[in-house]
Amino acid sequence: MDVIYLSFILVLAVFLGFEIIAKVPSTLHTPLMSGANAISGITVVGALVSAGANQASLATILGTAAVVLATINVVGGYMVTDRMLAMFKKKTPGVK
Amino acid sequence: MSGQIIINLVYIVCAGLFIYGLKMLTSPATARKGNRLSATGMLIAVVVTLFDQGIVDYTWIIFGLVVGGAIGATAAQKVEMTGMPELVALFNGSGGLASVTVAWAALYGGSVTGGTAVTIILSILIGGITFTGSLVAYGKLSETIPSKAILFSGQRIVNGAILLGILGAAVVFSMNPDAESASMAFWAVISLSLILGVMVVIPIGGADMPVVISLLNSYSGLAACAAGFVLNNNILIVAGSLVGASGMILTNLMCKAMNRSLANVLFSGFGAVSQQAEAIEGEVKPVLAADAYLILEAASVVAIVPGYGMAVAQAQHAVQELAHLLEENGCEVRFAVHPVAGRMPGHMNVLLAEANVPYDQLVEMDDINPQMSGIDVAIVIGANDVVNPAALDQESSPIYGMPIIHVHEARTVIVLKRSMATGFAGLDNALFYGDNTRMLFGDAKESVMSMVAEFKA
Repeated sequence: MDVIYLSFILVLAVFLGFEIIAKVPSTLHTPLMSGANAISGITVVGALVSAGANQASLATILGTAAVVLATINVVGGYMVTDRMLAMFKKKTPGVK
Repeated sequence: MSGQIIINLVYIVCAGLFIYGLKMLTSPATARKGNRLSATGMLIAVVVTLFDQGIVDYTWIIFGLVVGGAIGATAAQKVEMTGMPELVALFNGSGGLASVTVAWAALYGGSVTGGTAVTIILSILIGGITFTGSLVAYGKLSETIPSKAILFSGQRIVNGAILLGILGAAVVFSMNPDAESASMAFWAVISLSLILGVMVVIPIGGADMPVVISLLNSYSGLAACAAGFVLNNNILIVAGSLVGASGMILTNLMCKAMNRSLANVLFSGFGAVSQQAEAIEGEVKPVLAADAYLILEAASVVAIVPGYGMAVAQAQHAVQELAHLLEENGCEVRFAVHPVAGRMPGHMNVLLAEANVPYDQLVEMDDINPQMSGIDVAIVIGANDVVNPAALDQESSPIYGMPIIHVHEARTVIVLKRSMATGFAGLDNALFYGDNTRMLFGDAKESVMSMVAEFKA
């Protein structure tokens, strides 16, 4: 039942994703990609549970590695996207 | 279980923030806010997960968050805008590897049932391919390894054999995850997935990298999705599929912009260029910067068509200055950007934005083409194949059918080019021999600067 319920979420989210993202103008495709990358760092949520569950030591090591990797994605992705988007400016008359 | 319910309710809020954040990305005016909204969603998701009762030891978590955060922040601040594709490739890779490790760790979280075993294998397969594939893509983009397509005979047979091996090992593992033989099978899946990632990216040439990056981006989302199935976690599935969908859309757009199918990009290598069937008639008319200035000074509508050559020459700031001077001269300036210009989708727009070109001046290919005949001067800077009219009328040309920017329809075309060398596709370009074309030879940046100097004089 779990798998069916989760697949249901998957299908809806994919359709929603297609609908929204198809409307992103090509000007913003690079920020979209790096922003999406940051979102894919959501794996960190799963990694937190694995790293902190006090299981076999190998599981903790793997979990910690996952936390590091996913956090790189989250922090790096959002920051670099923000940096890029800050550069997109509307035309301001009189400013060189 | 009430704790679990609260956590899941908060996850719904986070999913809402991700979706709304992406929606705000549909306009440059709201995009930055959208990105922050999405980041807020992520922060909430992480914080609420930290309260999970299953977490008993926070030492390693904090260590991981600090180290990962520091690496990510440094990379985000240091990267040059021209190096964005490489950075995104590396981020894709780390996302993939994170999914591998999450799934791997789940293996030790208690007894694994057949259903979970399948999702673990899937997560490792997609994550593994994303990881090594992204590393190869990074190598090609940064040219630490040769960027051209690496093809050898029997490549498909080898890839097929690897896939079969993965499938076989996956079946052995899933049948009985606790058995002795399962651990061997598990190692086989990991190592073969990593090898497969390398194998699928090496036959793809440097010019096709925008497609590959988009595809790997999509995979990194799907890998997160698969990890969500492993852990029964709905936020991973929602976020992962949003990313997967975004990557798919971009992949599709890039393929369309090159008029090639995804299969063609992935398997053909685009290495062998067929010979030019029809000889191009006409002669090349070189022009000096001083004369180019005279043409530009008289123009009232100018379209600038930048290509990756502009980024290589670091000419974007000089180009912006030229555009600014043209505007002061009462001329209307637009930047026409081809979808595959640059090394990743939208790359050229970011480079221009960095050089302070306002985004309302950036025009997409489909919008500028119908207006081309009304444009006095089109300046082509470091672009070649995307303005090659052979794509429209020469059926024998390998790029035939690819949508291009119709600069040859403008009244005058000024092409800035280092020499008469051919572009990525290795094709001659009839545009350069056109009656209305003037060639300004030399380094793009220097050429633009000398035109700027003429304006100021």
